[in-house]
Amino acid sequence: MHFPILSTLIALPIVGALLLLFVRDDEQSEGTIRAVALTVSGLVFAETLLLWSRFDAVSPEFQFIERHDWIPSFGVSYLVGVDGISLLLVVLTGFLTPIALLGSWESVHKRVKAFSMFILLLESAMIGVFVSLDLFLFYVFWDAMLIPMYFLIGIWGYERRIYAAVKFLLYTMAGSVLMLLAILGLAYLHSQATGQYSFDLLKLYELPIAANLQVWFFLAFALAFAIKVPLFPFHTWLPDAHVEAPTAGSVILAGVLLKMGTYGLVRFAFPLFPAAAVFFAPVLATLAVVGIIYGALVAMVQPDMKKLVAYSSVSHLGFVVLGIAAMNVQGVQGAVYQMLSHGISTGGLFLVVGMLSDRRHTRLIAEYGGLKKVTPHLVAVFLIITLASIGLPGLNGFVGEFLILLGVFKWNPRMAAFAATGVILSATYMLWMFQRVNYGPITSEKNERLVDLRPREWLVILPIVALAILMGVLPNLFLRPIEPAVRRMLSHIEQGSAPLRIQAER
Amino acid sequence: MAGFNAVVPMACVAAAAIAAMIAEAFSVQGERMPIAPLGVIGLVGAALASVALWNHNTSSFGVVAADNFGLFVTGILIVVGLLSLALSGPTIDREHLPRGEYYALLLFALSGMMLMATATDLLVIFLALEVLSIAVYVLTGIRRDSPVSTEAAFKYFLLGAFSSAFFLYGIAFVYGVTGSTHLDRIGSVIASQGAAATPMLMVAVGLLLVGFAFKVSAVPFHMWTPDAYEGAPPAVTGFMSTGVKAAAFAAFVRVFLSALEPLHASWAAVLWPIAAATMIIGTVVGVAQTNVRRMLAYSSVGHGGYLLLALMSGNDYGKGAVLFYLLTYAITNLGAFGVIGLLEDYDRPNDKVTDYAGLWHDHPALAALMTMFMLSLGGFPPLAGFIAKWYVFSAAIKAGYTWLAIIGVLTSVVSVFFYLRIVVMMYMTPSGETIARFPSVPKIAGAALVASAIVIFYLGILPARVLDLAAASIRTIF
Repeated sequence: MHFPILSTLIALPIVGALLLLFVRDDEQSEGTIRAVALTVSGLVFAETLLLWSRFDAVSPEFQFIERHDWIPSFGVSYLVGVDGISLLLVVLTGFLTPIALLGSWESVHKRVKAFSMFILLLESAMIGVFVSLDLFLFYVFWDAMLIPMYFLIGIWGYERRIYAAVKFLLYTMAGSVLMLLAILGLAYLHSQATGQYSFDLLKLYELPIAANLQVWFFLAFALAFAIKVPLFPFHTWLPDAHVEAPTAGSVILAGVLLKMGTYGLVRFAFPLFPAAAVFFAPVLATLAVVGIIYGALVAMVQPDMKKLVAYSSVSHLGFVVLGIAAMNVQGVQGAVYQMLSHGISTGGLFLVVGMLSDRRHTRLIAEYGGLKKVTPHLVAVFLIITLASIGLPGLNGFVGEFLILLGVFKWNPRMAAFAATGVILSATYMLWMFQRVNYGPITSEKNERLVDLRPREWLVILPIVALAILMGVLPNLFLRPIEPAVRRMLSHIEQGSAPLRIQAER
Repeated sequence: MAGFNAVVPMACVAAAAIAAMIAEAFSVQGERMPIAPLGVIGLVGAALASVALWNHNTSSFGVVAADNFGLFVTGILIVVGLLSLALSGPTIDREHLPRGEYYALLLFALSGMMLMATATDLLVIFLALEVLSIAVYVLTGIRRDSPVSTEAAFKYFLLGAFSSAFFLYGIAFVYGVTGSTHLDRIGSVIASQGAAATPMLMVAVGLLLVGFAFKVSAVPFHMWTPDAYEGAPPAVTGFMSTGVKAAAFAAFVRVFLSALEPLHASWAAVLWPIAAATMIIGTVVGVAQTNVRRMLAYSSVGHGGYLLLALMSGNDYGKGAVLFYLLTYAITNLGAFGVIGLLEDYDRPNDKVTDYAGLWHDHPALAALMTMFMLSLGGFPPLAGFIAKWYVFSAAIKAGYTWLAIIGVLTSVVSVFFYLRIVVMMYMTPSGETIARFPSVPKIAGAALVASAIVIFYLGILPARVLDLAAASIRTIF
C-alpha cells in the first residue's frame, strides 16, 4: 500500500484549521495564527509539488488512486486519483492558497483566525473537487466549498458583501442541485444495467446511455458548470462576487473556483455524455464566443479595476470553454493550459489591484494616474502581469490562447475568427486601464506619497511573475503531463459518440 | 410475560411520567425535586428495552408490534426526549413553569408517540394519537399568563380536534369496507379484492389522509403550524416539531405502505400535488418570515414535503429515507430550537431574525452551532441534512417521481436563502441594540447542543452504519 498522498492533501488543510481552533482569538496571537495557516498551506504546496514529481507524465491513466468503501449500500466509495488534467490544477490550488493568505496580511485584520480557517477549509474542498473520481464525493466537495467562500465574501468583503455572498451561493447552488439529480439518475441507470448502484466515475464512463437521456443529463451537468465558469449568460454573479470579495477571496475565486466549471466540463459532462456533448458543442461554443466579446466590451467601460478584471475573466474563460468545445487535442490542451495561466495572471491582477486599494482604499481607475513615478516597482510588476493576461508571446497567456485558437480553427474557422477579436479587445481594455492608472501626470495628490512594494508584497507577487514567465518560456513542462490525459478523453468521446451521433443530430 | 414485551419501552416512559407527577405532588414548597433525571432514567430504560427487543419482532396483544421499524422510530423518539429534557431546563427556570407537570406531560406525550409508532391497529393508532396530542396541546399552552401561548394552544387544539375527527371517521369507513381495524387484515382484504378501489374505500383513504396530513402539517392542512410553533415555549416547539412528526410519519408509513399498499397508485396520485404544494409553500412562504420561529415552522412544513416524497416513493429507499430523514431532522431541529430557547429572555422572545445580529461577537459558540443546524437543514454536505435529502431524492428518482424531485431540489435552494438569513445576521451584520442575551449557557443544554452537532457531522460524514440500520429496519414489516 503506497502513501495516501491525495488523502493527506485533502486532510492537511482541515487539520490545520482544527489546529487553529485551539489558538486564542485575540490580537496578540494574530501572528501565531497567520504563521500556522501559512505553514500549513506551504506544506500543502510542497506536497503538491511532490505529487507532480512522482507523477508519470507519459501515462494517460489516473494515478495515485485510493479507493475505500464509504456507503457500500449505495455504491458510494471514497475514490480519488489524478491524471494530467487535474494534477496541475491541484498544484495551482496549492500554489495560490499561501499567496492568497500572504496577500491578505495587511488588508484583513478582524477575525484573522476565522479567516485563516475558512481559507484552509476552502483549500481542502478545492483539492477534493479536483481529485474526486466518485461523483458523490465530487458533489460533496463541490457543495461544501461554497460555505467557506460564502463566509469569506460575506464577512471580509466590501460594502455590498452580503448581497454578493448570498447571490454567489444561491446561483451556484441552483445550478448544482439539478446536477445532483442527474448524478442520482446516472447511478440508477447503472443499477439498472448492472444491478448495482455506483457513483464510480471510471465505471460510469463505460455505461451506455440512450441519446435522449444523455441530452437531459448533459444539460443538468452543463448548467451547473456553466454557472460556475461562468459562461454567458450565467455570469451575472461573478462581477458582484469579485468586486465585493476581499483580495484573498478574489484570488482564489478567479484562480481556482472558476476553473472548477471548465474542469467539470472536461472531466464529467463531455466524457460521460459524449453524444450529447457532440450535439451541444456548437451551442456552448457560440455562448463562449459571445462571452468572449461581451466580456471584453463590458470590461472596457468599467470604471472599477476589480470589476474590469472580473469581466476580463468572463472573456478569458470563454476561450477555455471554446477550446473544450472544439474537442481536438490542441483545443482541449490549450483550454487546460489556459485554465492554469488564467489562474496565475488573473490571480496576479487581483493581488496588484488589492495592493493599490490597500494603499488608497479605492479601486476606481479615475482615482489613479501617473503611478509610474511614485511606485516604479509595483508598476513594473503590474505591467508584466497585464501583458501576461493579454497574451504577449513569451508570457503564459499566449500559449493557451494560441493553442485554443489553433484547435478551434481546425474545427470551425468562423468561430476562431470571432474569438480572435477577443484577443485584440483584451489588449485594448487592459492596456487602456494600465495607461490610465500608471502613466500621465499624477492627478490626485493622495497618490504622491504611495509606498512602493513592501518586502512581504514582493514575496507575494514574485512567484506569480516568475511562473508567468516560466509558463511562457517553457510551456512544454506543463503541456507534457496534460497531453496523454487529453488524448485519452478525446478518444473516449470519439468512441462513445460514434454509434449515437446520427441519432442525436437528427 | 412474553405478551407484554413489546410495550416495555413505552411503559418505562409512562412510568417515568407517573413518577414525575408523584415527585411533584410530594415535594415540599420551594424544594426542587430532580424530576428531569427521572425522565432520563425512563428513557434510558426504554432505550435498553428497545435494544433487547431489536430483531425479535415481538408483538403484544396483537395490536402493538415491536418490529425493527417501530423500534427505530422509538429510538428517534428517545433521542428527541433526551434532547428535549436537556434543553427544557433554561426555559422552565426562566418562565417559572410548573416543573412536574411539564416533564410529566412531555413524557406522556413521548409514550403516546412510541405507541403510535408501534401500533398495528387503527384504533390503537387513534388512541396513541390522542394521548400524544392532548399532552402536546397542554404543553403548548403551558405559559398560562401568555396570550400568545394560549392562543396558539387553542388554535392547535381546535384544528387538531378536527383532524382527529377526520381520522376517526376514516377508521369507521375502513371498518365498514373491510370489517376490521387491524392493519394486517385490512391489507389482506383489500389485496383479495384486487386493486379495485370502491368509492367507499377511496373516501376512507381520503379521510385517513386528511387526518395524517394535519398531523404532519402538509399543505393545505398546515395552517396551525406557524401559530403553534410561535406561541409555544421554544423547547416545546422543538419537541413537537420533531416528536409529533416522527410519530405521525411512522404511523403514516405503516398504514399507507402496508395496509393500503395495494392502492398505492390511487393515493399517490392524491399525494402528488400535496407533496409538491407542501414543499413549495413551506419554502416560499418561509422566505417571507421575519420571525425565526415562524420561519422554522414553515421550514418544518417544507421538510414534511420531502418526507412525503420519500413516503410516496414507497420503495426500499423511500422507507429507509423516511427513517433516516426523521432522525436527522429531529436532531437538527431540536438543536435549532435549543439555541432559540437559550437566547430567549423572560420579557422578550428575541426571536426576530434581526435579534440575531452580531451573535457571533457575543456568543461565537452558539452562533457556530446555530450555523451548523441551519446548514444541515439547508442540506449542505458534509452534514446529516445533505445525506438525508440525497436519500430522499434517490428514492424519488428510483420511483420515477422525477418532477417532484426537481421541485424538491429547487425548493431546497430557496430554503437555503432563509436559513442563510440567520447566518448573515449572526456573522455579517453588526449587533444593533444590545439585547441582554442569556448570560451563560447552562452546562447540560450546552452539552446537548454540542452532542447534536457532533452527531450531525457524524451522520454527514460516516452515514453508512445508520443507513444500513434504517434499511434493515424496514425489512421486517414490509
